Amino acid sequence: MPATDSAGLGRGRALAFVAPALVLIGIFLVFPALWSIYIGLTDYTLTGPSSVNPRIVGADNITGALSDPLFGNSLWLTLLFVFGSALIGQNILGFTLAWMLRGARRWLRRLVEGLVLLAWILPSTVVAYLWVAVLDRDGGTLNALLNTPGTAWLVQYPMISLIVFNLWRGTAFSMLLYSSALDVVPPSQLETARMVGAGRFSTLKDVVFPHIRGHVLTNTLLITLWTANDFTPFLLTAGGPDHRSETLPVFIYQQALGSGALGYASAISFLLLLVNLVIALVYLRLLRRRG
Amino acid sequence: MARIKIDQLSTVYPNGVRAVDSLDLEIADGEFFALLGPSGCGKTTLLRTIAGLEQASGGSVSIGDKDVTSFEPGRRNVAMVFQDYALFPHMTVSENIAYPLKVRRQPKTRQREVAERTAGSLSLGGLLERRPGQLSGGQQQRVALARAVAIDADVLLLDEPLSNLDARLRLEARTFLKRLQKDIGITTVFVTHDQAEALALADRIAVMEAGRIRQLGSPRDVFRRPSDTFVANFIGSTPMNLLDGTIENGSLSVAGATLPSPVDLPDDTKVTVGIRPEYLSLEPAGQGITGTVSTIENLGVSSLVTLECPDGSLLGLTVREQHEPAIGSTVTAVPEQGRLLLYGKEDGTVLR
Repeated sequence: MPATDSAGLGRGRALAFVAPALVLIGIFLVFPALWSIYIGLTDYTLTGPSSVNPRIVGADNITGALSDPLFGNSLWLTLLFVFGSALIGQNILGFTLAWMLRGARRWLRRLVEGLVLLAWILPSTVVAYLWVAVLDRDGGTLNALLNTPGTAWLVQYPMISLIVFNLWRGTAFSMLLYSSALDVVPPSQLETARMVGAGRFSTLKDVVFPHIRGHVLTNTLLITLWTANDFTPFLLTAGGPDHRSETLPVFIYQQALGSGALGYASAISFLLLLVNLVIALVYLRLLRRRG
Repeated sequence: MARIKIDQLSTVYPNGVRAVDSLDLEIADGEFFALLGPSGCGKTTLLRTIAGLEQASGGSVSIGDKDVTSFEPGRRNVAMVFQDYALFPHMTVSENIAYPLKVRRQPKTRQREVAERTAGSLSLGGLLERRPGQLSGGQQQRVALARAVAIDADVLLLDEPLSNLDARLRLEARTFLKRLQKDIGITTVFVTHDQAEALALADRIAVMEAGRIRQLGSPRDVFRRPSDTFVANFIGSTPMNLLDGTIENGSLSVAGATLPSPVDLPDDTKVTVGIRPEYLSLEPAGQGITGTVSTIENLGVSSLVTLECPDGSLLGLTVREQHEPAIGSTVTAVPEQGRLLLYGKEDGTVLR
């Protein structure tokens, strides 16, 4: 059979090259995903009779979740977390840093980028312990700095702590993305705006933003999904105190391994997946409307 | 409308480069003024300093009666057209033209009205709803000009206004630009590295080198009487002949010929003799430089003939196409009365 592909391998050999990757993706990605959807339809638990003989319960888990106040609470906290730390926080802080560093000296730019990037490349566990140390009630760095001894930040202000933490940790990505996005704005267009006396806000709105609209949407999509699925909050507060910082990934983990309700947790994972899907579709639609 | 007065102006970049070096210049109200020079001579920096996009390191810039040296660009009432036109790709032609009015918070109807009127006078009438990407280079340039003249600025600055157009369009745009400038009567400064463009457009030209003005004058002055060998080399589509000469017995000895000296100089003075190819003609008799025809280059209506003189120097002259001499023949090139220039050997400045 003559080769029909551009590399000239022939279909058989081409398939042989692709097969190992497909098998691995199938085993580690597709199968678990389908499996968890299946489990979500059962009352499978970690221990007890239904761990041996799980029953199919259909959509009971879903309807149960929708009437579970703890699920509602988690959903709300997740939205708060995403909105505060990603959508508003990382986006605006990242853009502001990129915009301000544009005209800065080279060494200053490199220094700030390096520092911000450091927060991003450190492993989550390391960063989480650093922050536990910073926010500690007794001997925490923040209390020493603010002179507020005895304030248990993670207990008294768990969500605010998480949002600030994620802001600190994730801004690097937005900043780097926006730095390179701002390079596509022709300097002569910015100078034209300066010549006619446009203020900072109208320059951003009329000149900069239309050029980087695609970057803004892509960035927002990525950081929204990353933040919505982020498990690092567990390392800081484990969802507490009293579910006050229990975002959906943490809630799912607590349900699955804390309470052992694997079926219920899987059903909620499925709901989270749907939410992510909807967000992604909305962004893609907005992106396509461009031009 | 206003004059521009530049006083001891210097612009130094953070890396220490003096792009503009204690420069004095006065541009009259309504004048069409060219800053001409090779790349890196400081002409663009000077333009940007007038615009306020570069901070002056010393000296002052006044527009009208106001010293604007410390003014933000937006407060100088100066319009500028950039080399790449800097049109906003996401706005229509109409929105682009009206952008300065939008920034000044003029009502929408007034924006529209000004855009229509300006577009009409720059023959952009049917294109108001198009985007810049859908226009030709020449149309884009006219939109940029329309945006610049839509507000009644005191001064119009143009950075290399014709260099992004192809050769054919460039001539058309040149004529258009000159007519537009005369119609509006706005004080206009433009930067170019193309001497033909400067000669064709400007009322006056400043030839710049290394942040300073080497010669300031009308196109005619600059072409006929370059004040030094740098300007002589730079101006003219065929390069000026610059030959070594000596004064002997009150006459000029150059390329094996003896000519009357245009300037009284002591004997044995070494000079550089400058004569444009256009000011030399082939005569059967007369006091001229004799040489052998070595090459002939066709320039269309005329030809550039290169003579090899007895002392080895080369002399270019232009002749009408039908008067081409034969290659290898010996001919005499006679300079036109009063067109021979002498430059000092040391400093290269013209001797009077």
